[in-house]
Amino acid sequence: MRFIDEYRNEADARKFVEAIRGKVTRPWTLMEICGGQTHTLLKFGIDRMLPREITLVHGPGCPVCVTPVEMIDRAVAIARKPGVILASFGDMLRVPGTRDDLQGVKAEGGDVRIVYSPLDAVELARKSPGVQVVFFAVGFETTAPANAMAVLQAKETGLENFSILCSHVRVPPAMEAILSSPGNVVQGFLAAGHVCTVMGYREYEPIAGKYRIPVVVTGFEPLDLLQGIFMTVAALEEGRWGVENQYVRSVVREGNARAMEVVDRVFEICDRQWRGVGSIPLSGHRLRPEFAAFDAAVRFEVEGVTAREPEVCIAGQILQGRKRPPECPAFGTDCTPEHPLGAPMVSSEGACAAYHLYGRRE
Amino acid sequence: MCLAVPGKVMEILEGPPEMRMGKVSFGGITKDICLAYLPEVKVGDYVLVHVGFALSRIDEEEAQEVFRLLEQIGELSEPGDAPPAGSGPSA
Repeated sequence: MRFIDEYRNEADARKFVEAIRGKVTRPWTLMEICGGQTHTLLKFGIDRMLPREITLVHGPGCPVCVTPVEMIDRAVAIARKPGVILASFGDMLRVPGTRDDLQGVKAEGGDVRIVYSPLDAVELARKSPGVQVVFFAVGFETTAPANAMAVLQAKETGLENFSILCSHVRVPPAMEAILSSPGNVVQGFLAAGHVCTVMGYREYEPIAGKYRIPVVVTGFEPLDLLQGIFMTVAALEEGRWGVENQYVRSVVREGNARAMEVVDRVFEICDRQWRGVGSIPLSGHRLRPEFAAFDAAVRFEVEGVTAREPEVCIAGQILQGRKRPPECPAFGTDCTPEHPLGAPMVSSEGACAAYHLYGRRE
Repeated sequence: MCLAVPGKVMEILEGPPEMRMGKVSFGGITKDICLAYLPEVKVGDYVLVHVGFALSRIDEEEAQEVFRLLEQIGELSEPGDAPPAGSGPSA
């Protein structure tokens, strides 16, 4: 497939590895933000190809993983209500809440449907006038434009049986939280390329300046990641900091103005709880007052949302790059993809799932 | 979930610009995709698609950048090093 296959060429990958080997003189710790990037690194064995001096730690860029338990509990409670269809991205179905998950509600007979796009949920609402359709709107800045458009369409067509449970998260505050925390080990970032197709990379410039750190906007194919790592290591070795763009075929500094404008029309920035990490200021979105009618958290009263996580799950430390999945006592034993204790073992972008799937035991 | 996939715009459908839809092919599988965020996109363009929305147009010229860098890296290897894979016998 074009724009995929050529970025998976093994000979070219080895050239990049050699170039990285030639540059590196000291140990460096890099973090890739996005779970999709983590999966590529492990699936193609890039983590094993790199020189020993380079340590890769994995970031919180897995929106499924960071959705707070409270949100899962709320979604579960709403899905249980009669006359409700809960529509969601597939990954969310097996994320554990305090007691159960959406898959469990579905198994009991609740109407939980997997959709590919938020527009599918809008269409569902249009076709089912007697039923309330609630879309579980999870995602980073990459997904916000789609979720915003769904709400806008619902409003413009006067759809009264559609609402969203909003759990958006934003990358720059998460990066700040990681960099400003006392035990931070991250010296360079591979920024999430797809987030940047929407947002551009202006927001990272003050962060890179404040912490004097290289940030390289990086794509998702093996050659993208290798080039991103090469550029980051080169900057570190040469004592340079600032933002660079590896993913030039898809990202420009200003991002997609139209997409940002629609997101800004529908959502405003707010504080947000990140599962396992805690509250990060200004790291989320909520619907603006003029769209409050579409807020499922307001439309549906739910009781008994206790929001407790299993104590043994160390997802928070994994999402901040402090620990790697095999360091978790439950990894591969009590916690597996079949019976996950936390979100990173469930999500197709979760670090724990990646380590398990690609057989990394240490 | 932030996975976006490249596809080729095969057809742009009639409709209001703020809800412009198109048919995008992903290696032969065609889906209806919202093109509202790329008002200048044309049939034949490659776009990056995420949850049913095209978010950016793939710049074919810039797409070569990775390979240009690889060539430069190849040229910078010192004489006496092993020749790059695929090259002929050493001089």
